[in-house]
Amino acid sequence: SAGGGSEDMQWCFSQVKGAIDDDVAEADIISTVEFNHSGELLATGDRGGRVVIFQQEVENKSVPEYRSEYNVYSTFQSHEPEFDYLKSLEIEEKINKIRWLPQKNASQFLLSTNDKTIKLWKISERDKRPEGYNLKEEDGRYINPGNVTSLRVPVFRPMDLMVEASPRRVFSNAHTYHINSISVNSDHETYLSADDLRVNLWNLEINDRSFNIVDIKPANMEDLTEIITAAEFHPHHCHTLVYSSSKGSIRLCDMRASALCDQHTKLFEEPEDPSNRSFFSEIISSISDVKFSHSGRYLMTRDYLTVKIWDLNMETRPIETYQVHEYLRNKMCSLYENDCLFDKFECCWNGNDSVVMTGSYNNFFRMFDRAQRRDATLEASREHNLPLQLLKPRRVCTGGGGGGGCSKRKKDEISVDSLDFNKKILHTAWHPNDNIIAVATINNLYIFQDKVSDPDSADDLSASDMMCTI
Amino acid sequence: MDVNTEAKRILAVSISKLYASRSQRGGLRLHRSLLLSLVMRSARDIYHSAYAQAAAEEAAAAMDREEDKEVEEEEDMEDVFESETDSEDKENMNPSRHSRKRRGNTSAAPDFLPSKRARLEPGEERHAVLLGAVVPLGAMGLGSCRVGESLNAFSINRVAMPAC
Repeated sequence: SAGGGSEDMQWCFSQVKGAIDDDVAEADIISTVEFNHSGELLATGDRGGRVVIFQQEVENKSVPEYRSEYNVYSTFQSHEPEFDYLKSLEIEEKINKIRWLPQKNASQFLLSTNDKTIKLWKISERDKRPEGYNLKEEDGRYINPGNVTSLRVPVFRPMDLMVEASPRRVFSNAHTYHINSISVNSDHETYLSADDLRVNLWNLEINDRSFNIVDIKPANMEDLTEIITAAEFHPHHCHTLVYSSSKGSIRLCDMRASALCDQHTKLFEEPEDPSNRSFFSEIISSISDVKFSHSGRYLMTRDYLTVKIWDLNMETRPIETYQVHEYLRNKMCSLYENDCLFDKFECCWNGNDSVVMTGSYNNFFRMFDRAQRRDATLEASREHNLPLQLLKPRRVCTGGGGGGGCSKRKKDEISVDSLDFNKKILHTAWHPNDNIIAVATINNLYIFQDKVSDPDSADDLSASDMMCTI
Repeated sequence: MDVNTEAKRILAVSISKLYASRSQRGGLRLHRSLLLSLVMRSARDIYHSAYAQAAAEEAAAAMDREEDKEVEEEEDMEDVFESETDSEDKENMNPSRHSRKRRGNTSAAPDFLPSKRARLEPGEERHAVLLGAVVPLGAMGLGSCRVGESLNAFSINRVAMPAC
């Protein structure tokens, strides 16, 4: 198509999961989304403590147009609300993070965590069951031994597929503050969990002991100025981890240097632009998510208004900064009042680290193509749900004036004042090997895939319609 | 909206958020509390510097009446901030102000009076940590007996809290 390069992506609707109801139950609010390492499974966690796992439809995997069809595979209650009697505090069952373990055998394993407790879940399939017991009927009733006249060996016979989730380990009582991150190490033996002030290291096999590796709690809590907001292990170096702070800095630690990694090996920090100083500078510079690139060479951080890419070899400033919704800078007072300024957006890389994605308001999400230096704003909406329907790029216009700011009444333009701040996309995930993305609105999960190019099709948008040059 | 008015508005919003966060499910969120206190400090600093200017003007007398109300608000906030800023505050405060703050203000009241602020002494804090009863962000003590995060904190202090 005209102007289109082979790398330009256009996105189509694939599926939406969740209730159509506008009246959202708090428990159904999605709180985390994560693909597993092959991309075949997609897990979501919600505020009600439930985990729902979707599986890529096997028969359609090889059909390009339908390869992003995911169906429910397993649903289970991971965490329940608890009460800490010592502190008179309720512990929410909300699932903060899910992280998959790399697959080692027929079963799948994932870690899920709420504010205080991490659990290792085993998800296994059962498609056969033993039949032909000597002392039991098929329905389980016991046979009178006196009536047994012959002996037979029970055999396995096929049954309808059953997917079972069972908790294999419960890692509790290691966090005084609220857990914000978990990260599986590349050694596949250990993982970290981080709360506001500490990072702990666990062995997946051992649940009654953890090692504290980072502790930023000051001797006097009144001196507290900074907390940990996210932490992650390096994808290849099992001794390296990073943690981000509420002050906008990232610290890289090497566990070989010492047992307690309070002294960072590297500190990534960009000096604040004094002209941007406001009452809310601290809030908007707080990092809400940190993610290593798949290559391990780069770090991505998300703060309220931007996505930044850092090169691990350069600590002084990011190598790329992308504006997610700069038009909100003038609205910070209202966003503070309605609590939106505290929203914690996540971000993610695509499989080859060429594109990054993050969410925004009005059910918009943003993609930044690093190679092409282009960005796009797309919308997850129930209005555009025809199968394989192409997503049209959106624009937010900011000009003043009575018309809401949009000079031309284009259908795809919306003024800042018309944005719905209750419709926020905080959690997004990108398939590790394919252009399939999962985007969570408040209570729905949207799955999109890139358009399979059809040279004969007349409705291809040109790439320049799709993307704006940064 | 001028900066001073905005500062006042932000202070008011922040205080109500602070109080609301104590009844939040899942307990006080340290991150949120820290951010709220930082915003409040920025707003307070702007507010103070604006005040220092105004006090020098002819309209100082008319301001005094308003100041009393604000001082109470402002001293509630003082409980929230790090202690190192307390000395700063004394310098900033107009000595001619009549404080209507209730008894128990640590900077004005004699030591033998019960502290309004449920602040743990260093030794007691360690004790609390051992019991797993740390109230997140000591500076968030918020002084008031309305703070009921930790039954243990109360038993450690054994302070007769003045009726609020």
